[in-house]
Amino acid sequence: MKIVALNGLLGYGYSEEALNIAFSEKVDYLGVDAGSTDPGPYYLGSGKSFTDRSAVKRDLALALPRALEHKAPFIIGTAGGAGSRRHVEWLKEILLEIVSEKGLSFKLGTVYSDVSREWVLEKLNGGKIINMSDGMPLTQEAVEESRTIVSQIGIAPIIELLKRNADVIICGRACDTAIYAAPCIYNGYDAGLAFHMAKIMECGAMCSEPVAAADVMQAYIYKDSFELRPANPIRKCTVDRVAAHTLYEQSNPYLIFEPDGVCDLTNSKFEQVDERTVRVSGSVFKEAEVKTLKLEGVKCSGYRTVCPATVYDGETVRHFEEIVKTVTDFVKENTKKTLPQNSYRVSFKTSGGEESSLGVIIDVVGQTQEIADTVCALVRSRMLHCDYKGRKSTAGNLAFPFSPSDIHVGEVYEFSVFHLAKVDSLLETSKIELEEVGK
Amino acid sequence: MKRLIDYTKILRSKNAGPLYITFDLIFNTREDMIYVSRRLTKEQISTAYSVPVEKIDVIVYEVVNSIKITFPRKNISGSLNDNDVYGCQQHKPLAELEIGE
Repeated sequence: MKIVALNGLLGYGYSEEALNIAFSEKVDYLGVDAGSTDPGPYYLGSGKSFTDRSAVKRDLALALPRALEHKAPFIIGTAGGAGSRRHVEWLKEILLEIVSEKGLSFKLGTVYSDVSREWVLEKLNGGKIINMSDGMPLTQEAVEESRTIVSQIGIAPIIELLKRNADVIICGRACDTAIYAAPCIYNGYDAGLAFHMAKIMECGAMCSEPVAAADVMQAYIYKDSFELRPANPIRKCTVDRVAAHTLYEQSNPYLIFEPDGVCDLTNSKFEQVDERTVRVSGSVFKEAEVKTLKLEGVKCSGYRTVCPATVYDGETVRHFEEIVKTVTDFVKENTKKTLPQNSYRVSFKTSGGEESSLGVIIDVVGQTQEIADTVCALVRSRMLHCDYKGRKSTAGNLAFPFSPSDIHVGEVYEFSVFHLAKVDSLLETSKIELEEVGK
Repeated sequence: MKRLIDYTKILRSKNAGPLYITFDLIFNTREDMIYVSRRLTKEQISTAYSVPVEKIDVIVYEVVNSIKITFPRKNISGSLNDNDVYGCQQHKPLAELEIGE
């Protein structure tokens, strides 16, 4: 069976020629990962995508007609970058635009994986939450202040939609591996091989040389092994590259943790089949007794205004700590009657130092955008003209690269939930829909 | 004295989820991997990153002559005190550790 990965992230682009090569033979399934937590908590909170709309549309529009032509179900994981309901709807809207522009029609499956605060609290009170780090135990308060919480689905809801003959499946927050493992397991292939293959495929052509998340990857799964070969003829898979890929972004290179269990790569074997193809065998799946789903939630911590600047004068750099103290005290004193002291937070993000110049970002997070703006303006102006002993450059301490100097960043989010929830069924958090679209 | 980076072909850091940071050291030869794995201590890593020894995981992955190091991030990715959301520029203190004879 042949599975194709469009690339490592929907919207990052890929070679159209490589896509043509991939589809020059029968393709059984097409997949693409569309999200990640790497860009941080902002996107889950704001409902926005870190990928660009027109780039996402380009990547989808080229691939969709080919997938339909091959009757290869097209599985898209973590829609819109973060996979909440708003992200899924954003991607669905782009997809439906393509459907009407190209006059396509098919069965569209959708999996929403948002969970309510009430659901999480019930899990917490029922002792069904597992901490992923000692430093972040889940509390009732953390759940209650969360704006959005999603669960990371595994293969179960995707298999459910494949059973119901969906041609395209858009998933909310999903395990990257589920996209590629689900069709294999649905077709009766070994789960150890399926998950290992999926772990490599979810990054597109990252496992090839030259390395590229932005290109098409192909996998062929058999009864006792799978083979990987990049679609683009300029790239090749090597044993080293493929084996090394299981190190990437994983805490343990031998074990891949899934909602269904663990994929153990201790005895995996990698062989070079030809110049561009690697065969993998020996990966083993162990089903977990207790099934878990990972939860990701964010809270809004305020509003941010920043001001980037550079200090080139070595004497000013040497007095920087003293300047920071003077400025901080001044702002405190200046706002004590107008702003509650817990309504803002000032920090200075610096890089470089005495040997070169000092880059500084004045970072203010306030309870409102207005508070952040006010405090940032005070810090910036006081810092610009702050005196110190022996100062010769009395015209100003900061070089601003921009006018305006202060940038309104808007809402600030932080992860509030990042935990595992024990579930009775891996479909427990999935809301599955199936509809005819087009024509 | 040679630094850790002098032994490696690849030395990188990256988030392993927003709560953890992971480092991959890939060596040109198996001999280099063994040499370093016998000398690099958790205590050195603990000092370089101010992280308790018991929170540090070191795994030798022989398949590609590599060593993986993982520990909890001091600041969760994207939190107010964080300076590296993707965690991909945290390898410098590790790269500069001195590896003894």
